[in-house]
This record gives sequence, C-alpha cells and structure tokens, in this order.
Amino acid sequence: MNVLELTVLLLLGSLTAGLLGSLTGLGGGVVLVPLLTIFFKVDIRYAIGASLVSVIATSSGAAAAYVKEGFSNIRIGMFLEIATTVGALCGAFLSTVVPTKVLAIIFGLVLLYSAYLSRKPRTAQERDLPPDPLATKLKMNGSFPSEEGGFRRYNVQNVPAGFSVMFGAGAISGLLGIGSGAVKVLAMDHAMKLPFKVSTTTSNFMIGVTAAASAGIYLNRGYIDPGLAMPVVLGVLSGSLLGAHILMRAETKVLRLLFSLVIVALGVQMIYAGITGNIS
Amino acid sequence: MIRWSDRKIEEIVGEILRAGVIVSALVVFVGGFLYLIGNAWARPDYHVFRGEPADLKSLGGVLHDLRRLHALAIIQLGLLLLIATPVLRVVASIVGFVAEGDRMYISFTAIVLSILLYSLLGSGSAF
Repeated sequence: MNVLELTVLLLLGSLTAGLLGSLTGLGGGVVLVPLLTIFFKVDIRYAIGASLVSVIATSSGAAAAYVKEGFSNIRIGMFLEIATTVGALCGAFLSTVVPTKVLAIIFGLVLLYSAYLSRKPRTAQERDLPPDPLATKLKMNGSFPSEEGGFRRYNVQNVPAGFSVMFGAGAISGLLGIGSGAVKVLAMDHAMKLPFKVSTTTSNFMIGVTAAASAGIYLNRGYIDPGLAMPVVLGVLSGSLLGAHILMRAETKVLRLLFSLVIVALGVQMIYAGITGNIS
Repeated sequence: MIRWSDRKIEEIVGEILRAGVIVSALVVFVGGFLYLIGNAWARPDYHVFRGEPADLKSLGGVLHDLRRLHALAIIQLGLLLLIATPVLRVVASIVGFVAEGDRMYISFTAIVLSILLYSLLGSGSAF
C-alpha cells in the first residue's frame, strides 16, 4: 500500500469512527486505536498519538455546537477538569513505561467495561431531586432546553464520587489516548444524576481539555506522526460534525445498543492481539 | 444576572472552539495536500515505532522546518494549533469568570490552566 491509498483508507475509516464516537458520546478515539492497530497494523504508540489529537478535534468541533444549544454545563465541566487533567498527566507518564502488549490488553478491558456499563439497565431518570449542599455551594445546578419545550432545571448530586471517577477517566484518557467519554458520561449520569443530554455534552466538552493535558507529553515522546495523524484528524472531525447534527434528534436507546456491540467486538480483538503478541 | 453572564462566556467559548478547529483543520489540510503531492507513491511504515525526529517533537523544531515549507512541519503546526485550542478555551473561561467576579471558579480554572501549561511547557519542553 502506498501513502495515497493508505491516506484515503484512513480518511474513510476515521470518518466512520468519528461518526460513531460522536453519536455515542465517546469521542472517536475509542474505536480509532483498535482500527489503526488491528486493521492497519500501526504501532499502538502511533495509534494512540493520532487518536489523542483527533479526540481534541472531535471534542472541540462538537462542543462548539453544543455550547450554543445550551446543553453543556460549563461550571461542572471546569470543576471536574481539575480531576481529569491531573489524571491525564499520570496516565500519559504511565503510558511511556507500560509495554505495548499490556497497553493493548488494558485497552481491550476498558472497551469491554465501557460496553458493560452502557448495557446496564438505565434507571428511569430521576427528576426534581433536592438540591445537594456541596453542589449548591459550587453553583453547579442548572437548566437546559428540554424536549417538552422551555427550560428544565436540575440539581446536581454526589460531587465527591463524580470527582473521583473523573480522576480515573482522565488517567485512562492519558494512558490510552482516548477521550474515555463512557466513563465521564457514567460518572455524571449515575453519580451526579445529570440529565442525559447535559452529561453527554458536558463530557464531550471536557474531553478536549483532558486530552490537551497529555498531548504535550505525547508530542515530546514522538507519538504524534503528522503523516498518520493528518487523515485521521480530518476524517474524525468530519465524521463527528456530522454526528453532532444527528445527536440533537437521535433516540439514545438505539445508539447505546449500536455502541456496545461495536465496542465488545473491538475489545475482544484488542485483548486477543495483546495476548498473542500480535501487536507492535 | 449570573445566568446571562454564563451564557455570554459559553458563546465566546463556542466561538473560540469553532475558530480553533477550523484554522487548525485548514493548516493540516494544506500540509497534507503538499505531503501527498511529494510522497503519494512512497511506502509508509507505521508497523515499527521509531518515534518522530527531533524537529517534529517541539514547537521550535516545527517552526524551524516551516521556513523551508516542509509539508510535515505544516501538518504538525496544525496539530499544535489544535492542541492549543482547549488551552485557549480555558484562558477565555478565566477571563469570563473574572468578569463575573466569581472567585471560586477563577481559582478552579487557574488550577486547570496551570496543569495544562505544565504538560505543554514543563514536562519535557514540547513547546
């Protein structure tokens, strides 16, 4: 395969990854690294580098639209970014010492875990929860444009649990070059009881900042290859912008099923590749 | 009163993100176009990790190569602009919270910004 053919194939693959990632609130990275390592036989470190920059593109591109729609909560995002950026630094340092086979297996496990979490039956969204003293002190409670029209108010719950899970999400992001949107969304869905659209968009919003925290370290270690990252970033960005337009109208149940099936398949393959040593 | 200002910050943040992504994607696109013109039939090898050459691992190196209009350096510049976009977003949020006089969130945002600057400037002088 020559550079032109590879670039075109990477563009198409990344476009699909970006579309899927955006529709499911995961960011393109979670399907990108398996795509690059399993199908294109790219070294996992180059794959992680290209994935990380494209995660920044996805997040920033989609967030520009969400922010205007009034779904994301900028204060919750900023507060939790303290946890995710510290976690990302730890993860990025760790990724430079962990063997690539182990990285592949961890990656596979994270994929399976994300799929498991997403398939857990979602309890009916609790509404009109009482205000939590800490969340109120942190001025996190907000409102968003609801399906029924007008604005719906919500009260944020359990800030310490959300904050701790976010540190883990940041560490995974820095270690594997993904946005770890699934973990972020679940911290906000389950622990902090945010409405689904608010947690998805706020998570997406935070992913760029989290990824930027580990990008400096990746760049310096030579993980970011321009020839590889170019089609990946452009493809993922186009796909995610397309996905962001669909998300505003989409039915989340179908998305979650789609997302978990893809992820299970890729997770199994990553673990298999890691164990058999069929990964560079 | 507070809601109105928050809306304002969010709008500015949205504009910054949009502009950052558009500009960096364009730079990456131009660099990629030049790269393909020169290297379309070459055989890429990403199977073995070698790490990038020193001049593609830091802002100084990238800027140095740009003077010779090196295609890969142009792509790398675009990627650096992309990485800088969320950082700029955090800076804009600080300005917004200062305008609101929200001391608690000024300090939260300052913490996030110093972590980002540490990664980009302190962790191995990538910039």
